[in-house]
Amino acid sequence: MKEKNEDTWAIETTDLVKHFGDNRAVDGVNLKVKKGSIYGVLGPNGAGKTTAIRMLTTLLKPDAGTANVLGFDVIKDANQVKQRISLTGQFASLDEDLSGLENMVMIGRLLGFSRKEAKQRGMELLMAFGLQDAAKRQVKNYSGGMRRRLDIAASIIVSPEILFLDEPTTGLDPRSRNQVWDIIRLLVDAGTTVLLTTQYLDEADQLADRIAVIDHGEVIAEGTSSELKASVGSGKLHVRVLNPDMRDRAAEILKESIEADVHLASDPLVITAQVSDHSRVARALTALESAEITMTDFSLGQPSLDEVFLTLTGKPAEAENEVEEVEETA
Amino acid sequence: MSQSMNQNEAIKQALSNHSRPKQASALSTCMTFSGRMLLKIKYVPEQLFDVTAFPVIYLLMFTYLFGGAIAGSTSAYLQFVLPGILVMTVVMITMYTGIELNNDIKKGVFDRFRTLPIWSPSVLIGALIVDVVRYSLASTIMLILGYALGFRADGGLLGILLGLATLLFFAFSISWIWTSLSLVMRSEKSLMAASMAILFPITFVSNVFVAPETMPSWLESFVNVNPISLLVDTVRGFMDGTPDYTALIWVVVVSVLLIAIFSPLTMYLYKKK
Repeated sequence: MKEKNEDTWAIETTDLVKHFGDNRAVDGVNLKVKKGSIYGVLGPNGAGKTTAIRMLTTLLKPDAGTANVLGFDVIKDANQVKQRISLTGQFASLDEDLSGLENMVMIGRLLGFSRKEAKQRGMELLMAFGLQDAAKRQVKNYSGGMRRRLDIAASIIVSPEILFLDEPTTGLDPRSRNQVWDIIRLLVDAGTTVLLTTQYLDEADQLADRIAVIDHGEVIAEGTSSELKASVGSGKLHVRVLNPDMRDRAAEILKESIEADVHLASDPLVITAQVSDHSRVARALTALESAEITMTDFSLGQPSLDEVFLTLTGKPAEAENEVEEVEETA
Repeated sequence: MSQSMNQNEAIKQALSNHSRPKQASALSTCMTFSGRMLLKIKYVPEQLFDVTAFPVIYLLMFTYLFGGAIAGSTSAYLQFVLPGILVMTVVMITMYTGIELNNDIKKGVFDRFRTLPIWSPSVLIGALIVDVVRYSLASTIMLILGYALGFRADGGLLGILLGLATLLFFAFSISWIWTSLSLVMRSEKSLMAASMAILFPITFVSNVFVAPETMPSWLESFVNVNPISLLVDTVRGFMDGTPDYTALIWVVVVSVLLIAIFSPLTMYLYKKK
């Protein structure tokens, strides 16, 4: 049984714990990541995602529990683990003072390539990632997207068996984010296992075969994205009426037709509601129109991370306040 | 569109290359990390300010400020004080090793270094090797200026080289104190304060500027056992052509002790961080 696990699982943790003083950063995490898959670890800031990744990549010693990466213990066989993984940290794991090519050559040399081989491999990857024109520029002058791509390029100078990506697209514009997603998909096609952390349900949904939702250092849900979404419902309905006088009536109709609680937002024109069934949304639209209520917006949003949390924990995610404000003023 | 297709092909191509070189040797990784520090100097040559300006300022300042009062003439004083100021300057500059590391280690690239399958001390040793090069540069500048001002080493070139070798070895050893401290101290300011609190007394309360016989006896006995004084005796001895082997042995003992204590401590702190 044990041996079979080692064949199948790229990563396996049992009751992994890391506390910093009173802060239970990682509090008994069990994960099983299949070889050749993309595994998403989803959670808000401070949920323990980075701490978990740092333990899996041998940067931090767990306080308790075990973590096996490709069958090697992260403490006892740290060097074996290091030979098989790469980490792309949350803040670029690059030397910002050096140029892109100098970074690639340095890391290539550290991995055992000769200067010539390191340069060759570095240029090959820079070209593949569309960075050849920036090869001689200092990394501190790179855009966020370029930095990310270089960071990933540096992680695959020697193709790793597992690539750890800590929030690979946080702070990127949509175009750069899509580029990074494409690269991640290609990596997995080439046989690499990818574990990525993210704050965006959307990202986990797009990329990950399985997702673990973590909060306060604990896994609160695990499954495929469709399994998770099913537990959340279809998303949030957002209705904006033309005239504030109409709102109460609209809310009443809405409540009846979708058979769920509606929420009157602080904006006097806006009503929101949690929807579990798409067909009722259509019904609500028809009902509102036949009651001759003029609307300027009627839209169904993707379930957000907040909603996942709300559903899973019965309480909003920690970072929720800010998100909520943004939503309401938007 | 077709461009992005090509891009994907290129990425696939790059990924299909599964060559895995043999693990890099410790020597090779040290050299790579030295190379990294040299590249940093290439981009910001101003960081050589400490090793170029300090020797000039210190030598001119102390020679002409104290020369007349202490030795009766600046030229006689220069002959006495140059080896001492050389020691003081280089030992003071070692402090920047810690400050550089304290800044550097906060950067994300250290996460990558620590997840690479390499001999982990090489990150620090590589940086220290470049620092020794920096110390040599400071020493050379001071000696050239000293010669221009009239200093002559009776011990000849060999005496100068032996003196420098001892000094650089000691500087390398004492640098490990700063690397340890830099891993404990959270800010550059506190690190600077702690380093100065150690360096200021041991460099000034020594025989760098004046002969210890002129001091009160309690101070004299401290000055005589101060490792900096022993180092100055060694360097002065070699340069004057009257080598002081007892002092040399003590300097080597102290240096080896410093390395034996502070290099493992640095590595322990580095791995824990």
